[in-house]
Amino acid sequence: MDELSGMSIFAPLLLSIQLAFVTTVVLILVATPIAWWLSQTPSRFKAVTQAIVAMPIVLPPTVIGFYLLILLGPNGAIGSWWVQMTGTALTFSFSGLVIASCVYSLPFAVQPLQSAFESLPRQTLEFAWTQGASKLDAFFTVAVPMSVRGFIGAAVLAFAHTLGEFGVVLMVGGNIPGETRVISIAIYDQVETLNYGAAHQMSLFSYRSHLNAETCVTP
Amino acid sequence: MQIPTTGITGLFGESGSGKTTLLRCIAGLEADLSHDSRPVHKRGVGYVFQEPQLFPHLDVRRNIEFGLRRSSAPKVDQDQVVEMLGLSDLLDRKPDGLSGGEAQRVAIAAVLLRSPHLVLMDEPLAALDQRRKDELLPYLDRLHDELSVPMIYVSHSIDEVSRLCDHLLLIDDGRIVASGELHEMLSRLDLPMLSGSNAGSVIEAKPWRYDRDYDLTQFNFSGGELRVPGRYDINARSVRLRIAARDVSMCRSRPDDTTILNVFAAEIDDVQTSGSSSALVRLVAGTDYLLALVTRRSIAHLDLKKGDQVYAQVKSVTVKR
Repeated sequence: MDELSGMSIFAPLLLSIQLAFVTTVVLILVATPIAWWLSQTPSRFKAVTQAIVAMPIVLPPTVIGFYLLILLGPNGAIGSWWVQMTGTALTFSFSGLVIASCVYSLPFAVQPLQSAFESLPRQTLEFAWTQGASKLDAFFTVAVPMSVRGFIGAAVLAFAHTLGEFGVVLMVGGNIPGETRVISIAIYDQVETLNYGAAHQMSLFSYRSHLNAETCVTP
Repeated sequence: MQIPTTGITGLFGESGSGKTTLLRCIAGLEADLSHDSRPVHKRGVGYVFQEPQLFPHLDVRRNIEFGLRRSSAPKVDQDQVVEMLGLSDLLDRKPDGLSGGEAQRVAIAAVLLRSPHLVLMDEPLAALDQRRKDELLPYLDRLHDELSVPMIYVSHSIDEVSRLCDHLLLIDDGRIVASGELHEMLSRLDLPMLSGSNAGSVIEAKPWRYDRDYDLTQFNFSGGELRVPGRYDINARSVRLRIAARDVSMCRSRPDDTTILNVFAAEIDDVQTSGSSSALVRLVAGTDYLLALVTRRSIAHLDLKKGDQVYAQVKSVTVKR
């Protein structure tokens, strides 16, 4: 029995960490150009884009999860395309969870990056350009290294939020052991079956891995 | 606008006259105002900002190599530039450990190493206190003497301009109002920007003799001699002296009982009496021009006019370099 409960802690925990890691990597890649555009543009679409990016903060996770379920489902716009491309469904799969987590945690990656980019002195970039660096070159060799703290903040927040999410994951991923049963779902399971001891154990683990994640990346 | 392809061209004007905007257009940093569609990094125009813009995550060496690495045909010798700007001891430091003057020297070195076709300097001394300015100016003199790259030097200080520049552009309210060779521009009487306290001429003079008893150095110029307090290297080639118009007065006859050391014969070349109380007079001594700012009343009283022979008294002279 002990061994069993040990197994049932580690598999969901490992899956949660995997999900958080993959989501963080994808989110940094997706959020960086969005944040850069938001920080530099004089466009009037800036406010609209910012509002869209911030939506996951204000909407209940179950609402986001519900609409993602529709969108990612085999009949949804993205889901049907995915089925055509890969032959498998996005819903109730790890890939689907990654996409859903990215949407859910997007604002937490974009906002620290955007404020880091916005605080870059404009003239330092202009100096880089006059020194022969193209805009792209200057972005990677000047803007990114000068915004390291923003990247760390974005990664920590994205990772932590993905670890802790529940509603979106439940809607899109369901509860498939080894595929979509992350730690928050597993805890919910234990509580449902009145197995409070195991729930306590998992919560403690989950909390400790949260702390570890944040102390690892916080300078 | 045309500028010479050698030497330093001063862009002189009041604050808000459009100097910086003009520089930013040349560099391509004001895309909306420019007809030239080439991107900034392909223009080969170096820009020294008023506040040095170094990359905080790179040490001084990597900062000055940033442009060099992106330069297709480096023409400038790195060691020479490092030596010329006195950076040898700073190479391993990070920018945040540099003083304002040091940071500006690093920025200038970085710009020069990029081998630009043109260097723009936007009041590079304005953010520094007087001591740092005096520290940096000799380095700028060396750039002027040792490098051939053309430069535009923006300033609202006539002192800096008359020390460093060979040509002068005057800008007012976004328009170039006059341009020409420095000596000639400074001797013009019709430029309101170069009248009043800005009026003054520069002359080239050769240090000749040092008078130890009174600590004075005698300089020879085409119109005579000038004695200046302090000791200057008498082996040096010619130096640039600036004589402010308000420090020059005139006498009809040679004054024998005056405390003013520098008195020499000159001829009145032109008189401009447009001021309410003052008049600006251009004098010729030898081949050099001199300006005198006096009262209109004195002009009338002594009946001074073009062609008159007078004695110029010079109260003070600044050695520029």
